[in-house]
Amino acid sequence: MLAQQLFNAFVLGSVYALFSMGFTLTFGVLRVINLLYGFYVAAGAFLSLVAVRDIGVPLWAAGILGAFGTGIIAVACDSALLTPLRRAKAPELSSLIVTLGGVLLLNSLMLLIFGAEVRRFPVTLLSQSPISFGVLQIGEVQLVIIVIVAVLVTALFLFIERTRLGIAIRAVAENPDAAALMGVNVDAVFIGVSFLAATLIAIAGILIGLNFNAVHPYMGEPLMLRGFAVVIIGGLGDIRGALVAGLALGFIEVMTAGYLSSNFKDAAAFAAMVATLWLRPSGLFGRSVTRRA
Amino acid sequence: MSGTLLQVDAVTCRFSGLVAIDDLSFVVAPGTVHALIGPNGAGKTTLFNVISGLLKPNDGSIRYRDRDITLLRPHARVALGIGRTFQNLRVFGEMTVLENVLSGRHARLEASWAATVLRLSAARSEERAAVSRAHELLRIVKLEGQAEQVVSALSYGDQRRVEIARALATDPTLLLLDEPAAGMNPTETAALAELLQSLRGGGLTILLVEHDMNFVMALCDHLTVLNFGRKIAEGAPSEIRVHPDVIEAYLGGPHRVQIQRNREGML
Amino acid sequence: MPTWLDDFLWAYSSFIYGLGVNAILGLSMYAVLALGQLSLGQAAFMGLGAYTSAVLTVRFDVPFPLVLCAAMAASAFAATIIGVPTLRLTGVYLAMATIGFGEVMRILYINTDYIGGALGFSGIPEKAQGSIIFGLLAIILVGFFSATRSKLGRAFEAIREDEDAARAIGINVTAYKLAALVISAALAGLAGALNAHFSSFISPNEYGFDTAVTILSFAILGGATTPLGPVLGAFVLSALPEVLRPLHDFRLVFNGLIIVLVVIFLPKGILGFRMRRVG
Repeated sequence: MLAQQLFNAFVLGSVYALFSMGFTLTFGVLRVINLLYGFYVAAGAFLSLVAVRDIGVPLWAAGILGAFGTGIIAVACDSALLTPLRRAKAPELSSLIVTLGGVLLLNSLMLLIFGAEVRRFPVTLLSQSPISFGVLQIGEVQLVIIVIVAVLVTALFLFIERTRLGIAIRAVAENPDAAALMGVNVDAVFIGVSFLAATLIAIAGILIGLNFNAVHPYMGEPLMLRGFAVVIIGGLGDIRGALVAGLALGFIEVMTAGYLSSNFKDAAAFAAMVATLWLRPSGLFGRSVTRRA
Repeated sequence: MSGTLLQVDAVTCRFSGLVAIDDLSFVVAPGTVHALIGPNGAGKTTLFNVISGLLKPNDGSIRYRDRDITLLRPHARVALGIGRTFQNLRVFGEMTVLENVLSGRHARLEASWAATVLRLSAARSEERAAVSRAHELLRIVKLEGQAEQVVSALSYGDQRRVEIARALATDPTLLLLDEPAAGMNPTETAALAELLQSLRGGGLTILLVEHDMNFVMALCDHLTVLNFGRKIAEGAPSEIRVHPDVIEAYLGGPHRVQIQRNREGML
Repeated sequence: MPTWLDDFLWAYSSFIYGLGVNAILGLSMYAVLALGQLSLGQAAFMGLGAYTSAVLTVRFDVPFPLVLCAAMAASAFAATIIGVPTLRLTGVYLAMATIGFGEVMRILYINTDYIGGALGFSGIPEKAQGSIIFGLLAIILVGFFSATRSKLGRAFEAIREDEDAARAIGINVTAYKLAALVISAALAGLAGALNAHFSSFISPNEYGFDTAVTILSFAILGGATTPLGPVLGAFVLSALPEVLRPLHDFRLVFNGLIIVLVVIFLPKGILGFRMRRVG
């Protein structure tokens, strides 16, 4: 029924938005399409899972551990892979290629270490029976997702607009050389953005793992591919765009599954992306492309 | 055909609020060396981009030999005879000098791709002719000995000459030169002036942007002066040299008085 | 032919044919990288060619040469459709669009029962022989060499180095980029058709993201400054897991590691030398 569909779309879209905001933040500042995020999604989920199942910490603590752990991994990987290219002033596409190789490497390693079988968060963590709220059936997981995403999104916007690091990030995104001349420690900003974006993505991974009750090495890939669509539709580098487009994509997917065919809901994201590239390549909030004769 | 080769008509260019070129009109007569001068940021390179087709103006038109080319794509303008060099030196660094100049012949090589890949005799003889033309151009810009050098290894001045030779390889009737003397020492500048004189003698029309005033004044038949994207003066070198608006544009208001006071001794 | 060679070729025919097909895929990657474009749609076009050829052979009994042409044509056509809107944009958009396109196609194949859906398409007759595969590879390679040492090669490199400068000397950059994309797609489609006709079974997951990355790794390892580079890269990366049996499980790990190491330390690939572009 429509209201329920819309609610589910909202929940799904929230996770897409969270992921894409981290992804687009990295692009805006580092000018890199960082495909390693597909790996960080799974890393965050696995870290939290291990924390909950094997160490026994409560879920909220596991979430924080997973996010921070992934952030640290991300700083290490991003530095190892991207810094040499930045120093050598390599073309933009080299960074895309190196993260392509990196994600292939890391995902495959994870597959070898953990195996392909699907793991689940312990059943007792969150109540499985939905709460009735008027005409809607709301699962506890869904509530958790909405609340966490809302908090994180608000925090992110406030951070970017109000804090010194946030302003530094915007300065570097706009013009790294000018920012450096103004005394901004550009390398520190890069590390900060790597860390921040990865924590967001790790949390997205944990939420997805809870929502679909499945954790496995390749779980980040569908999110990654949808992330492409979202950042293109929203405009590369723009976090408002990622938020709006992420929610919109959740809506498009659930509506496609509900009213057209569930088989093609996976293709909806890419169809929307291709349509955007055709009609308005810069996306909703992106900078426009130069006019040509 | 009228007496003009190039006609810039009421061209306006805006970039997110900033007006780079403001209702600019002027004409270039064939067989002349015409200079565009003005302080930095006056819109000169933007205008070159509009003329060569890399940028579409918000308003106005460009006419070449009486034909409206405002919407014509860049490569088609090269075929019509408009060649150019760039202010920030855009040679193909990884190619050799010869390959750079040869690449300029691209528009004039008419063999189809199939004939080229299959190495049919028409394509091969065209390529041979292109190679000898390229060598000839290298002789003209005095780079013959460097033909097999990778361009990125050359000095700045030499790279400039490669770019000019490459533009000449397109067989232009109008050549747009964006600060060709930048980074050149006096000897090189003199050689460049000599080269441009002989090209003009051969019938080529040159539109050039330059900051080196001695170079410009000695070489040009006609000048158009821009400031903030607007034309503020036009005429022969002798007129422009003493034009009050031009002096003010370059040096700012208060300095006008300064100059008059120092006319005996300095500057 | 000595019996040991005969036995060897028969036992390893599939592997050897695979080398040839991968080399063609490497050249398909070269066609776009030579212009500096990162199109990652080779796997998708390979799938399109594979399925088109499988349907034509098995359901319509079309003669093999025509099947190959049709596979190339189908891929070329698809490339024109996705190419036109994306060519005006920077390379990153092309990379993402082609990855997205590949995913759409893969989902399409999974959901189309006519071609076997998720279970794949089996029973394709083995019409692709070594002589055909390597013969075509040789012709394509010669064609690329010839093109590189001519005005075409200069145009490619000019576009790769500086698109606007290329326009300013009369190169129709848009036409060249589209042509490169179409040729790349046609070659990938050809490779797909050849592959289908010696493995006799194809399935949607062979043409996804991982395959696209693997094809890219051929060009990264071997280098894309000469057509031989991706061919060498394809041979090495395809043969290595076979030659080093224990490495088989690590194939994807190895591919990823190669890409990372080569991009950082050997940016021009193994065969990093530059070919002369004078005819």
